[in-house]
Amino acid sequence: MGRSIRVLASAAVMTVAAAGLVACGSSSDSGKTVTLSLVAYSTPQAAYQDIIKAFQKTTAGKNIKFTQSYGASGDQSRAVAAGQKADIVAFSLEPDITRLVTAKLVDPSWNANQYKGFVTDSVVVIATRKGNPKGIKSWADLTRPGVSVISPNPFTSGGARWNVMAAYGAVSGKGADKTAGVNYLQSLFPQIAVQDNSARASLQTFVGGKGDAMIAYENDSIFAQQNHQPIDYTIPDSTILIENPVAVTTNSAHPAEAKAFLDFLYTPAAQKIYADNGYRPVVQGAGGRSFTTPSGLFTINDLGGWTAVTKEFFDPSTGIVAGIEQKLGVATSSSPSPSASAKG
Amino acid sequence: MTVVKAPEIPRQQRQPETRREVPARARARAGTGVGLGVAVVYLSIIVLIPLAAVVAKSTDGGADFFWRAVRTPDAWAALKLTLISAVAVALVNLVMGTVIAWVLVRDQFPGKAVVDTLIDLPFALPTIVAGLVLVALYGSGSPLHIDLAYARSGVFVALLFVTLPFVVRTVQPVLLELDQDMEQAAHSLGAGGWTTFRRIVLPNLMPAMISGAGLAFTRAVAEFGSVNLISGNLPMKTQVSAVVIYGRIESDDTAGAAAISTFLLAIALIVLIALELVQRRAARRG
Amino acid sequence: MAKYSLRVITLGYLAFLLILPVGLIGWRTFADGLSPVIDALTSDDAVHAFRVTLIVAVWAVLLNTVFGVGAALLLVRGRIPGKRLLSALIDLPLAVSPVIVGLALILVYGSFEPIGRWFGDRGVQIIFAVPGMVLATVFVSLPLVVRAIVPVLQEMGNEQEQAAHTLGAGRWATFWRITIPGIRWALAYGVVLCLARALGEYGAVAVVSGRVVGQTQTATLFVEERYQNFDTVSAYATATALALIAIVALLIAKLLDRGALKRSEKH
Repeated sequence: MGRSIRVLASAAVMTVAAAGLVACGSSSDSGKTVTLSLVAYSTPQAAYQDIIKAFQKTTAGKNIKFTQSYGASGDQSRAVAAGQKADIVAFSLEPDITRLVTAKLVDPSWNANQYKGFVTDSVVVIATRKGNPKGIKSWADLTRPGVSVISPNPFTSGGARWNVMAAYGAVSGKGADKTAGVNYLQSLFPQIAVQDNSARASLQTFVGGKGDAMIAYENDSIFAQQNHQPIDYTIPDSTILIENPVAVTTNSAHPAEAKAFLDFLYTPAAQKIYADNGYRPVVQGAGGRSFTTPSGLFTINDLGGWTAVTKEFFDPSTGIVAGIEQKLGVATSSSPSPSASAKG
Repeated sequence: MTVVKAPEIPRQQRQPETRREVPARARARAGTGVGLGVAVVYLSIIVLIPLAAVVAKSTDGGADFFWRAVRTPDAWAALKLTLISAVAVALVNLVMGTVIAWVLVRDQFPGKAVVDTLIDLPFALPTIVAGLVLVALYGSGSPLHIDLAYARSGVFVALLFVTLPFVVRTVQPVLLELDQDMEQAAHSLGAGGWTTFRRIVLPNLMPAMISGAGLAFTRAVAEFGSVNLISGNLPMKTQVSAVVIYGRIESDDTAGAAAISTFLLAIALIVLIALELVQRRAARRG
Repeated sequence: MAKYSLRVITLGYLAFLLILPVGLIGWRTFADGLSPVIDALTSDDAVHAFRVTLIVAVWAVLLNTVFGVGAALLLVRGRIPGKRLLSALIDLPLAVSPVIVGLALILVYGSFEPIGRWFGDRGVQIIFAVPGMVLATVFVSLPLVVRAIVPVLQEMGNEQEQAAHTLGAGRWATFWRITIPGIRWALAYGVVLCLARALGEYGAVAVVSGRVVGQTQTATLFVEERYQNFDTVSAYATATALALIAIVALLIAKLLDRGALKRSEKH
């Protein structure tokens, strides 16, 4: 019986050890320490790690622990909609929050504050190799023959839609000359050598050596530069303002603490951390890195707002961009699934 | 060393009847019944019910939806690339795997034991690490000054990497067991090396080779992590099916993902069954 | 002559396909010396990632070992109908892409599916939490212990067990004192393979994990994330660590195999 006892004992020890490890790892709500889960998109990871540390030094943030999850904005939004626990969600663009509003996971009043729920801004820029050997500076330069462009697929990457609307809005004079804008898109897309699934993947592709220019977010380009990647970027005179939303969830177990963290994000201390990480602060006078404002800056509202734009340009069957992509043989997604609408 | 072997189904073993055995046998049967029940429940929870859910989801919208999801341009292109690459890789492994197994069994050189152990590395290595490893050597910035990234050749090399052990490890034990008398007899009768191999050794190796090639094929069809990095996942050009499925899941199109998955699984199963039949025929002849 | 050229072909093929790529990563990892690698591997995030990997892998190995021994006994010794079907079903996971594994588990255990919601109402989250990752890892490594044990069980024959029965030993005693020791090398071998596979799983957990840093981010997901954040030092360091773990596992498995060989030669 000796050996079997030993085997059972070691199995028991392993089980207890494993269980112990799991218990240690999982968040403990002992009543005194509160744990908030932040689900965010990938680029502000460094910023949020510093912001959380700063928050924990304040009276409101003492004894608050955080779990953090970072990934592509759309992926994270879908994960929360599918059940991933979150107290605070921070995404790259508004439709990723709207998805959660529809799923009743975020209150419709999330954007009722003076900043309309947006905690940082950025702009769409044109990134090039260091030194810009081909002299690509404007939207028109991107359609020059022989220029190879990198931009994500706007049907798998919600964020890529910023790029498309920036180009469209700039060339069409904020939507005034629709024909010019659409013609431009028709000449731009054939230049796009690789349409990755996400903005981050596009950045990897460009940095990996493909393409002459990349349509990117300013904060992504700054992030790459801060990580010693040899790229430059030009802010076109006319480009779109990217606005990044943050919200607390309706099913948060600690709504008061989550709100406290949300409020902290608008303080000069947090806004400065954002700025140092390449994001344009929404609060004036926060300090940190300085940014220039392009003369022809416009917002998605100037073009009709996301709902109208999504329908007109990005509907998988009838959208303008869908038509352009299909002519190039790029998939715009399979037919909508019968049960997709059930999830909202 | 055998990493994967197909388990043979043993014949039932008859136990001698004694007076004491009868109640013991009844208990044994009860115990076996419970054991079978537990095994079936385990398999169901982990494997069967989830896979059934995939098939069910794919037919949610009817046959029409299923075929539309499978035949969207990028999914269809990926299926073609995946299947063609898997067949190509299986064929290369059929040859190279046998060659490597031959060298490992019949040849002697310093460091052979090291090489023999390393053959299994692609099997044990995490696929994302394999991806990094291949991009380092064959992507842009490669010290060999070749760039297979964003190209189908990159996909091919990645698949060759992860399928390396399969044919080698199925052929090796057969070669080890092989009685060399017939080969020596053939030699003494004047047959050359290649003839001896082709007519005496090869028929004995065929079942193992086919089995290994089948494993290589199914692995190649399913591969995700290692191909991800080097292929660049260009839709229509270098995307494999697993990546398309991943993209569909991330786009919240689980039904489309399920449809492509079901199609892929069906093909893998058909090929496996076909290979099993071929292998059985080859075994009977040999 | 043929022998020499075959050797050259083999070594050349292996050099370009296997040895050079793996060696290059090792080289690049240690290009700046040992200390950046140590720093990267001892960072909080890296340590957490390895811990998550270990927890998930240990659970998967435990579950699959218990199942593996039981299923092997059923396949070899049991008197049941449909052995071929059972064997095929056990082998099924080898043919399923890891991404499909993740999808399958989400469809059954996701928070908004019937079964997932049942668990959710009782406070147990499966997908986007450790249990989901354990399920995924169990799935992909399911056949490994079974397949390692079955050939040895077959070869062993059941004479010793029969002898024990006639001497009056009960089933459990026979199991622990005869069967298990008889297959212990193969069992250990299967466990090592299962552990190596579980430690290295990427595709399936990428789908079901919530990528919560410190809780559901495994070492493989950590490699991916660091690589995407241009932190090649951490990515390569962790990749090399995982590769070394795989190599050690292979060496241990080879030793076990040789032990099994010696033991069968004794008989």
